Amino acid sequence: MTINDIFEETYASLTVNKVRSGLTMLGIVIGIGSVIAMISIGQGAQASIQSSIQSIGSNLLLVMPGAQRGPGVAVSAGRGSAQTLTQEDADAIQTEVMLAKAVAPEISRRYQVTARGTNTNTQITGTVPSYPDVRNIQIDEGAFISDSDVRSLSKVAVLGPATRDDLFGESAEAIGQTVRINKVDFRVIGITKSKGGTGFGNQDDVIFVPLSTAQRFLAGDTYVTTISIQAADESSMTDVQNQVTALLMDRHHISDPTLADFSVLNQADIVATASSITGTFTILLGAIAGISLVVGGIGIMNMMLTTVTERTREIGLRKAIGAKKKDINTQFLSESVMLTFLGGFFGVVLGWLIALVITNFAGIATSVSLTSVALAFGVSAGIGIVFGYYPARRAAGLNPIEALRYE
Amino acid sequence: MIECQDITKTYHTGNVETHVLKGVSFTIKSGEFVAIMGPSGSGKSTLMHILGALDTPTSGTYVLDGQDVSKLTDDELADIRKNKIGFVFQSFNLLSRASVLRNVMLPLVYTGIPKAQRQSDAEHALRAAGLAEDRWQHLSNQLSGGQMQRVAIARALVNNPSIIFADEPTGNLDSRTGEIVLGTFQDLNRQEKHTIILITHEPYVAEHADRIIYIQDGLITRDEKNIQKRLVENHHDH
Repeated sequence: MTINDIFEETYASLTVNKVRSGLTMLGIVIGIGSVIAMISIGQGAQASIQSSIQSIGSNLLLVMPGAQRGPGVAVSAGRGSAQTLTQEDADAIQTEVMLAKAVAPEISRRYQVTARGTNTNTQITGTVPSYPDVRNIQIDEGAFISDSDVRSLSKVAVLGPATRDDLFGESAEAIGQTVRINKVDFRVIGITKSKGGTGFGNQDDVIFVPLSTAQRFLAGDTYVTTISIQAADESSMTDVQNQVTALLMDRHHISDPTLADFSVLNQADIVATASSITGTFTILLGAIAGISLVVGGIGIMNMMLTTVTERTREIGLRKAIGAKKKDINTQFLSESVMLTFLGGFFGVVLGWLIALVITNFAGIATSVSLTSVALAFGVSAGIGIVFGYYPARRAAGLNPIEALRYE
Repeated sequence: MIECQDITKTYHTGNVETHVLKGVSFTIKSGEFVAIMGPSGSGKSTLMHILGALDTPTSGTYVLDGQDVSKLTDDELADIRKNKIGFVFQSFNLLSRASVLRNVMLPLVYTGIPKAQRQSDAEHALRAAGLAEDRWQHLSNQLSGGQMQRVAIARALVNNPSIIFADEPTGNLDSRTGEIVLGTFQDLNRQEKHTIILITHEPYVAEHADRIIYIQDGLITRDEKNIQKRLVENHHDH
């Protein structure tokens, strides 16, 4: 039998009972479709969290007050509750850690902000001119805080685009206007470019003010909540991390690293932790969807067994006219593989459509990767072989004389 | 050319042995039209299965066209059936939702003959079996019993076999249609020189052959030339 013959025989057999073939295929369509959709949700979440972490800067280390309490969750642990880092710590890092390209201390808290009758509650970040470089922020209009602003405690503010929209209206002219933060008036001097952040809060909903101004007029103390450090390159990140830890332990008179009153987070660690969480999430979703795929496979097996019984006489005839075991085996196996392969194809289309619908209507990022599509095809063909093997073997093993007599 | 020497067939069901064939010997020359006749349970079907290479004998030798067929494996038997044997069954055994042409071409699928030639072989076989050309594209379940049996005959002819076995070919047909089908076999034997072995329990059907082998209780009781052959003036199916 040539490939062409097998294909024709398979097509002819499957179209004899279109409804049954279709329903059996539906099991695989739903199985593959849900696997594709679920994995796309998982991978979409992974990609969006990663890009959101990457967008806060490159080769970044964050020093935060409070002890590091296990991986990942320490991103905000102790923030605001412990006050151990100061501007002087940041200056010391700047001068003593040679591999640190830029250092930007900041003080972040949420305040009520008003402007011309509108009001919002947003994050106020007091910081220094190097902050945009370290944290990968770009200025859309106007200028960022300058050294002289920090020195002279200027009451100037740089607005994130979302905050600007909230206070002044969509894309309104805001530069030169006044915003009132915690009963203190600030003049708007710049607007940052949108980062389109999702995931870890909206990075566009923020107001930047000079660090000194924030400490004096808003916080009333000299502590900082985070020191962002940009390493010279990716390979020096670990060195910078070690040097910063040693320096700060020395400055804070701590000898036991486990008792440190600060923690140094490496951006790569955050990415790795987030990836492992979303990876687990993806596997979980995929596994649940995979169950429906197995159920679909059993449906295929059930149909193929019924078909073999129904077509016993046909099998007997084919053997009588010269078909070998291998021919019968190939024919039935190719029928089940054809079903699962077609099911896999429509399943990929269905899963992709589901992913599109989820993105457009639920706003959850999804990403259908080529790998998951290739995997789905491989798995569906594999299911055809696994669940078609037993029925095909049964068909091939029939005795032609008994098969011909079968009523 | 068929040469059978002392063929036996024994079935084992649990501890019970059933001797279906108890030593059968005969020779059928190519071009003969032979009927194997016997009541049900006589062993004629078992004999046909062995002669048709669907089964092997328990003992004895069966030589087909100079080749010993009695000790072959399943796949080797399948090759013999594919190249040398055609079957016509009582219940036609057509693929019901396939066209007449596809049914007739079915044996060629397993031979590796190129597509274009399959079609012309099938058309040739259908002409020889006497099925009107306007039926060739019909689905086989749209045909009458007589037409179905002609399709089955064409299917048996299509690989140009040495022997055609017809197992009760008229059993599911009315007597007039059965007569026409038997006439077709006579034509194929006379004009195309096909070897035909007819298996039946009806003396009337057997009398259409040139020679009748009577079988009873697993043994040949008589093997003689049919002196009063019933000739059918074949008028092809309408």
